[in-house]
Amino acid sequence: MNSTAVAPGAVRQSGMEQEQPAPMIELVGASKSFGSTPALAPTNLRFEAGKTTVLIGPSGCGKSTLLRLIIGLIAPTSGEVRFENQALTPKNMLHVRRRMGYVIQEGGLFPHLTARDNVLLLGRHLRRPVQEMRARFDELCELTGLPAAALDRYPVELSGGQRQRVSLIRALMLRPDVLLLDEPLAALDPMVRSTLQTELKTIFHHLRQTVILVTHELAEAAWLGHRIVLLRQGRVVQVGTLTALRDHPAEAFVSEFINAQRTLLAS
Amino acid sequence: MRRLFALTLILFSVGGPMRSAAAVIIGSKEFTESYVLAEIAKGSAERAGLPVDLRAGMGGTLILWEALRQGAITCYPEYTGTIREVILQNHSVSLTKGRADLADLRRGLANFGIGMTSELGFNNTYALVMRRAQAKALGIHNISDLNKYPGLRVGLTHEFVGRADGWGPLCARYGLRMQNVRALDHTLAYLAIAKGEIDVMDAYSTDAKIDEENLVVLRDQLGFFPQYDAVFVYRLDAERRLVAALQRLSGTLDESRMRRLNAIAEQTHDYAKAAAVYFHDAGADHPGSLTANLARWTGRHLLLVAVSLGAAILLGVPLGIWSSRGGWLGEIVLGATGLIQTVPSLALLALLVSVPFLGITPLTAIVALFLYGLLPIVRSTATGLQDIPRPVRESAEALGLEARVRLVKIFLPLASRSILGGIKTSAIINVGAATLAALIGAGGLGEPILSGLNLNDRALILEGAIPAAVLALLVQAAFVFLDRRLIPKGLRLNAARP
Repeated sequence: MNSTAVAPGAVRQSGMEQEQPAPMIELVGASKSFGSTPALAPTNLRFEAGKTTVLIGPSGCGKSTLLRLIIGLIAPTSGEVRFENQALTPKNMLHVRRRMGYVIQEGGLFPHLTARDNVLLLGRHLRRPVQEMRARFDELCELTGLPAAALDRYPVELSGGQRQRVSLIRALMLRPDVLLLDEPLAALDPMVRSTLQTELKTIFHHLRQTVILVTHELAEAAWLGHRIVLLRQGRVVQVGTLTALRDHPAEAFVSEFINAQRTLLAS
Repeated sequence: MRRLFALTLILFSVGGPMRSAAAVIIGSKEFTESYVLAEIAKGSAERAGLPVDLRAGMGGTLILWEALRQGAITCYPEYTGTIREVILQNHSVSLTKGRADLADLRRGLANFGIGMTSELGFNNTYALVMRRAQAKALGIHNISDLNKYPGLRVGLTHEFVGRADGWGPLCARYGLRMQNVRALDHTLAYLAIAKGEIDVMDAYSTDAKIDEENLVVLRDQLGFFPQYDAVFVYRLDAERRLVAALQRLSGTLDESRMRRLNAIAEQTHDYAKAAAVYFHDAGADHPGSLTANLARWTGRHLLLVAVSLGAAILLGVPLGIWSSRGGWLGEIVLGATGLIQTVPSLALLALLVSVPFLGITPLTAIVALFLYGLLPIVRSTATGLQDIPRPVRESAEALGLEARVRLVKIFLPLASRSILGGIKTSAIINVGAATLAALIGAGGLGEPILSGLNLNDRALILEGAIPAAVLALLVQAAFVFLDRRLIPKGLRLNAARP
């Protein structure tokens, strides 16, 4: 199903994944520094179609940087990011972004547009057929459980959970090949978060969506992800399922990270 | 007689044929004020529907006088003192002793078939002037007040020192005992008094420099200096309409106004422009109702503000967008527009007037207001765009919208509150600053304010000041409405719930 057979110590080589089908997204020696501060060491990483990969690690570990490299909000300092075996360039960036959906912590909704206009903005701009857009919109509203009354409200009038649902619908409108989520639930209160976690899992499963999710919460990672990528200080520490990480930690840090979150849950 | 013959020859060369096709031929002497007055006479005659020929700058008094008598010209501007001392004296016309009244002069002139209008309103005679600040500080208003300060440094033109109505007799009349007197060139004297090297000098009471150097004329309370009241002299056989047109000008030009027109003429080297300013701000000449005047002033005011503001928006918003991207070029744009704003509006107008292709025109006023309005718009556009939260900015980018679409559909609407705020600031600044446009004859509500200041007429000042203030309030109100129309609802909700 995925790279469960991770041998300890081999986690940093992506070679072990080479028998797998061609990846949808691939980082090839991609690194990022802000000035002289390294944010991500040269990294090789592959993301397959139809799978949910979770990027996890403590604050400042480079997980958001990795996601922002993929959607091209920042350019790699070295190496490259490939989408369907094509390196991302300023030239193909626009086209690639339209095939991705991107949801961030606060939703990133445009405050001057209603929920509906936020969702339809790109489809209208690209002159997609109105009927098709409407059908897709209805389908996604149903899937996310967004009430019809919320559609004509402005972001400021929506609850946190509704905002994230609208943001998710906006990201999924044009049937993106990959969905990028940067801590989408972090700002929500625990009850809403739990509900949305369940919903997200259903949606991902239903749409057979390729997903890359950034979170700092192990439970959420385990619940939603097929595969976990654990980062620390700009470096990928280990890739695998939660079980693999727990049973065969690549470094002492892996166990520390897992135990820290367990302790938190226990107390 | 030989002299007269020579003059006649000159007349033929300068004045052309004795009779012109035009019904009216207006002459002038060869100095600024005379040129300007001739242009004003031309304007007045033309407004009366008379075709006018102008023979400006024909020379001195005797040439003009002969030309008038012989019919080469129909009228020209003259001074009562000159009529008495030069013209009638030469012809040995006896006058009543002392100050000739106008009736006396008229009688004398009538012998030659020449008529004379009433005084235009200013007396261009010799005068003693001081720096306004110093005169005020020392409490000097009248010439006799100089006696209290015999140590003041006096600089006089050589001519004034020697004249019969000059320094010696003046001192005798007022009992002045000034200890520091020297003679120097007239132009240099203005420099010297401006630098504070001398304190008192002689001048002509309508010299443009008096205002430019902020000098004050000391009152000749004993009436020592002869009256040189400006009038028009005309042929008694001239058309009645011309006489009426000239007579209409009497009483409309006081010293400060004439000084201002002289200044405009000297700066622009365009006498017609000075005359145009005269007709433009002579609200009294077109005695419309107050409502009509207010409508005209306000209309002009709004036009000045609208055109300058429109241009400031058209350039300011793109410059603001450009500056919002940061970098040193953006800093330079913000710095430069900020620098313009620190220049006092009056100084900015004065600077622009000296730009060759602008000069004393409404365009100059519009350019000045435009430059003034630029900074608030550039700055508010730049900050409005820079203040858009990063998540929103990045969401727009990640969505896959082209940079231009992001700007138009997302960033500009989000910055609309800030941009409109900047435009509002500019509009209000311009409504205020546009009152200064009247200084260069561009009209607007400054017209009654400036005239009122000149005439010391408080009611007239208020006729301009109150509408200007009301206009500023209306602009403010208009923007409340515009805010509601132009700022997207989603953002206004945001403001209500901070």
